[in-house]
Amino acid sequence: MSVQSFQEHFDSLIDREVTIEPKDWMPNDYRKTLIRQISQHAHSEIIGMLPEGNWITRAPSLRRKSVLLAKIQDEAGHGLYLYSAAETLGVTRDSLYDQLHSGKAKYSSIFNYPTITWADMGAIGWLVDGAAIMNQVPLCRTSYGPYARAMVRVCKEESFHQRQGFEIMLTLSKGTDVQHKMAQDAFNRWWWPSLMMFGPPDAESPHTEQSVRWRIKRMTNDELRQKFIDVTVEQAKVLGLEVPDKDLKWNEERGHYDFGPINWDEFWNVVKGNGPCNKQRLETRKKAWENGQWVRDAAMAHAEKRKARKAEAAKAA
Amino acid sequence: MTQQNKNEWPLWEVFIRSKAGLDHKHAGSLHAADAQMAIENARDVYTRRMEGVSIWVVESKNIIASDPGEADSLYEPANDKIYRHPTFYNLPDEVKYM
Ligand SMILES: [Fe+2]
Ligand SMILES: [Fe+2]
Repeated sequence: MSVQSFQEHFDSLIDREVTIEPKDWMPNDYRKTLIRQISQHAHSEIIGMLPEGNWITRAPSLRRKSVLLAKIQDEAGHGLYLYSAAETLGVTRDSLYDQLHSGKAKYSSIFNYPTITWADMGAIGWLVDGAAIMNQVPLCRTSYGPYARAMVRVCKEESFHQRQGFEIMLTLSKGTDVQHKMAQDAFNRWWWPSLMMFGPPDAESPHTEQSVRWRIKRMTNDELRQKFIDVTVEQAKVLGLEVPDKDLKWNEERGHYDFGPINWDEFWNVVKGNGPCNKQRLETRKKAWENGQWVRDAAMAHAEKRKARKAEAAKAA
Repeated sequence: MTQQNKNEWPLWEVFIRSKAGLDHKHAGSLHAADAQMAIENARDVYTRRMEGVSIWVVESKNIIASDPGEADSLYEPANDKIYRHPTFYNLPDEVKYM
């Protein structure tokens, strides 16, 4: 087959909603875009453990501590599912780590905000995991098989993350005055960055069209953001918390909430590395990787020794 | 396909039997120094919610896969053998339980 007929075959698979698998022919741009998208997603899961890790030793009860640990362990799992999905496209794990550690690869900018009170654990679970679920559910039907299968696994696990966060917020909001204030304060700080998680407005998101055509994006940034706002505003009412947006108003005609302007300067500033915790996050991650080097080397040396011993024994027998 | 990095742990494919009586099914892959570690890592990565009662691991480089580009010719022999399906045969209506 010529490149052209490969391309035609690929296009027809995409159009018929057939899943693309690792050994199928695919255009270079499709492969590159997928590697970037999946690895960014994986990096976000891994870096995403850090803001919450900050509170493990200070969780207010054993129950909360067990839940938080399980939640963070899931995020590690999500990172691993996604890295291995990216590897099916022909990149090595170490090269993806290199890109993260050198600052070349991006991860979700939400994780560059600090977690200063216990209520932040609630706000993150409720809002950040909530926004992540909005983003991820449509990706369960993405065109690339290993990615779609990883997302199915991820989505199954995410719903407990959001519920445990909501439960923390509810407990605080219905608690003492101070606890209620703490919940509201966390809400105030996490609301706008959560809305930014869906990415820049569609008008400034030049690759959306191609990605939708390839089915590696199934809804646009603005569509997802609106959907998130509509459901979350209702949940805030249950919590008895106030959405920190004075322009928020139900629009009967649109059937959606109207909302105030998002501070995109802040978003781009954080993306560029100038958020409150960018430096700290990357340094923590790099240190963990470097400090683990001797463990990885020792495990490999041990495995090789065992293999050699086994071969020796087989020869002797 | 994956160029093996020198100090990177090898890649393993993980297969999980979700309950007794079912086949092992591909779950994903992971890195581990050896087979035993691959099983332990598979437990942590793929069965945190009791998704499995048995785990198989095999080093990814040992998997031989068919070429999707040759799918047409590979499966062609089965194409024209509809007589392998029970629906190919017309039976009189009065025949029961067949
Ligand atoms: Fe996650
Ligand atoms: Fe999560």
